Amino acid sequence: MAQHFDSVVDIVRDVRSGATSATRVLEDHFARIDEREGEIHAFNLVMRDEARAVATRIDADIAAGRPVGPLAGVPIALKDNMCTRGVATTCSSKILEGWKPPYDATVVTKLRDAGAVLVGKTNLDEFAMGSSTENSAFGPTRNPLDTSRVPGGSSGGSAAAVAAGFAAASLGSDTGGSIRQPAALCGLVGVKPTYGLVSRQGLVAFASSLDQIGPFTHTVADAALLMDTISGHDPLDSTSLPIAPVQLGAVLNVGVDGLRIGRVVDMPEGSEPEVLARLDAAFGALEKAGATIVDVRLPSLEYGLTAYYLVAPAEASSNLARFDGVRYGMRVEAEDLNAMYGATRSAGFGAEVKRRIMLGTYALSAGYYDAYYGKALKVRRLIADDFARAYSTCDVILTPTSPTVAFPFGDKTADPLAMYLCDVFTIPSNLAGHAAMSVPFGSGAHGLPVGVQVLAPALAEETMFRVAAALERAT
Amino acid sequence: MNAPASDDATTPEVRVLDDEVVAKVARLARLELTPAELTLMTKQLSGMLEHFRDIDKLDLSAVAPMAQPLPLKNVMREDVVQPCLDRDEVLAAAPAAQDHRFRVPPTIGFVE
Repeated sequence: MAQHFDSVVDIVRDVRSGATSATRVLEDHFARIDEREGEIHAFNLVMRDEARAVATRIDADIAAGRPVGPLAGVPIALKDNMCTRGVATTCSSKILEGWKPPYDATVVTKLRDAGAVLVGKTNLDEFAMGSSTENSAFGPTRNPLDTSRVPGGSSGGSAAAVAAGFAAASLGSDTGGSIRQPAALCGLVGVKPTYGLVSRQGLVAFASSLDQIGPFTHTVADAALLMDTISGHDPLDSTSLPIAPVQLGAVLNVGVDGLRIGRVVDMPEGSEPEVLARLDAAFGALEKAGATIVDVRLPSLEYGLTAYYLVAPAEASSNLARFDGVRYGMRVEAEDLNAMYGATRSAGFGAEVKRRIMLGTYALSAGYYDAYYGKALKVRRLIADDFARAYSTCDVILTPTSPTVAFPFGDKTADPLAMYLCDVFTIPSNLAGHAAMSVPFGSGAHGLPVGVQVLAPALAEETMFRVAAALERAT
Repeated sequence: MNAPASDDATTPEVRVLDDEVVAKVARLARLELTPAELTLMTKQLSGMLEHFRDIDKLDLSAVAPMAQPLPLKNVMREDVVQPCLDRDEVLAAAPAAQDHRFRVPPTIGFVE
């Protein structure tokens, strides 16, 4: 069902050698957008003119023998919660409709400097709150592999854009699984880097202690190339780690001989049997490739959902206070300032965003703080301690990325908790600030793709990518 | 924040969520909810808080809270003049601006 599209690595090589041109590559992608975007709705905005101008410039540079960047000519899509100077950035919310940021996010600057051709801004659950991209104010995105089903979320547009061949790669943001889960549901590689490894400057904040930007790609090598480009210290982000960019391209062929792979013996229940079968197959493949399987316990994992759905809304309720009708986006006029705040926010935010702001405000309010937010922070510590113990006996841990394959539209919209349960395996690494990624590993129910999640300690991206590459070789 | 509740395993007094509490939270959050939204919100938030009681059975008395994952301290830098955002470009993105400033409705002294 999944079509084959050129990888980022292929495009870089062929544009550089003159086998093709950046313009030709871009027009191929635009042709696929013309053909299917009406049905898929991956984008809030396609940046045709700007993209064509960049591709033309890269072709001129190559023709003239001038040096070009490591992503020269690669069409890349951006989740529409990353600021692009002079280009509308909406977070798929009415409250920011029409807003044009006065600056580029650091990752956007890095992609431009690397020669990437930015093709558009992709749809998301409003302010990245959701697991299906059904919460967008501009309508849902459809899964290109089965358009009766969701692409996952919240970065569903970024996943769909790559899965449909509208872009060779994309960036998403991952607060509780918003890159890894849609990657799994769309048959892609998706990476949530270690907290602080990729700058969040210019990413519209959802939950600042959890958010990270990362890539969607077809291959592990493509994800490595994107990571090499977007990682590294940024003085404009005070949570950015003071370290150099990673160099993951170099480790892809190292193999997994001697690595210890953790199998969680007390894993939360509820996964589809086909998903668990693929996880078993992944363990088998790694063992065959020379790794050792080690049983580990993560007894606090089952409480991750509660900790996350208190911490993330608490931070969101504070972060989203800035959308007040004063500095950007829409305003509903009223007689005094307070009335204007209330009218603007009520008209501008959708139901899920309101729900999370309410939940977070409640969890932080006087009288409830210790019972909810304070307690959640302690559970967060338990989860980090669990991981620390587990990683004393293993190098990485394998779990499903999502308990299920892509589900039909409307399946979980009536019950917010049912939707939250999609994130049970992805949330813990955000709480701990660790690295994690999803790798496609065969298919499950209805022939839909299954993702296996590789969890690794903070800054263990090299080990994580060695394992991901080994899984990819085994498929 | 001074909260009456402790980390004891059961704190039932803080679990009561009714329309009045939800309406107060909405005011704190600067959200105007319709009566129908308020009723639905009370129902949905109550359901979530009920689910979140799963952590009540944990003994957290000796656990230190973890607000963020990095051992980072305040990040200081030299106080050097750097390029900054263009004022006119920033104000152009605002709903209302006047005399190089954001324009807002009356904040004090407003009489109906």
